[in-house]
Amino acid sequence: MEGFLPVRHAASWALASAPFVAYGLYSVKKRIREFPEQRMLLGVAAAFTFVLSALKLPSVTGSCSHPTGTGLGAILFGPSAMAPIGLVVLLFQALLLAHGGLTTLGANTFSMAIVGPFAAAGLYRLARRLKLSFATSIFIAASVADLATYVTTSMQLAWAFPDPQSGFVGSFIKFAGIFALTQIPLAISEGLLTVVIFNALKRFNPKELQDMNVDRHAEVPA
Amino acid sequence: MKRHQNLILLIAVVLLAIFPLWLIQKPAPDAQGHQAAIFTGADDQARALVGKIAPDYKPWFKPLLEPASSEIASLLFALQAALGAGFIGYYLGVAVTREKMRKKEKEEKQKSAANRDSDPC
Repeated sequence: MEGFLPVRHAASWALASAPFVAYGLYSVKKRIREFPEQRMLLGVAAAFTFVLSALKLPSVTGSCSHPTGTGLGAILFGPSAMAPIGLVVLLFQALLLAHGGLTTLGANTFSMAIVGPFAAAGLYRLARRLKLSFATSIFIAASVADLATYVTTSMQLAWAFPDPQSGFVGSFIKFAGIFALTQIPLAISEGLLTVVIFNALKRFNPKELQDMNVDRHAEVPA
Repeated sequence: MKRHQNLILLIAVVLLAIFPLWLIQKPAPDAQGHQAAIFTGADDQARALVGKIAPDYKPWFKPLLEPASSEIASLLFALQAALGAGFIGYYLGVAVTREKMRKKEKEEKQKSAANRDSDPC
């Protein structure tokens, strides 16, 4: 969507995203200094978004879109850590693939690397507090985060291009009809895939999960 | 169920991807024989919608580098997925091996402890 946000909108979204990215960088650096053994896991979180955002999947609406994969890292490292990671993925796609865009980088970072991860981390906490199972909590967090990203995108576009008759709301409904509706089955897929990877981590890296306060009840082999 | 959970989940993901392909039928070509495209990117549809809502809007920036063709684009997307999947696979492989070694070490320790107990001296 390169060039498809008016200059003022593009600049504002970049400005809004910048502090999150800066704080995210700071928090990631601090964590790696404290727990150098978590560096590999941070790589896994980045790799997961890399894979998922490359998978363009068909949807029931007859169009294609891709998941975001930000739920995993947000649950493991906290939401702010995903802002710089998401930015890297978006930059890769904008520079090499003409997908996304440099002018829309701020807006895309805001929806994919900020709103999504915060939704995921918040929902995961809430679901655990409501005593939902580990897998269910992960599923809800990751799939709603995916959907929230595309709802945000629809809002951003509706804000920039309000419908001449029905205004922001009318325009939002139209954009959401394209983005959010297409995204529903993809969000379910993303939720399921995130559960798959967490199941593997829980089985082979229970100590890391416990250290990171993701799963307090994991059995840690002595 | 627990044991096969991941397998079931992966099958569900594959089914979710196949279902739309089976559900959406290609519409018949129009009078001029133009085939309507299906499964285009949601981005393209949004771009078309922007054109409908604000016909006067002109995109003010072009991508610096565009993949030379859709083949090249799919190459780059495949590369992106392969790099990510490769790293995840490597990490899981390391984790599985580490867990195995840990188990083996524990067993050997127990064995040597048992031997010592049965030793008369």
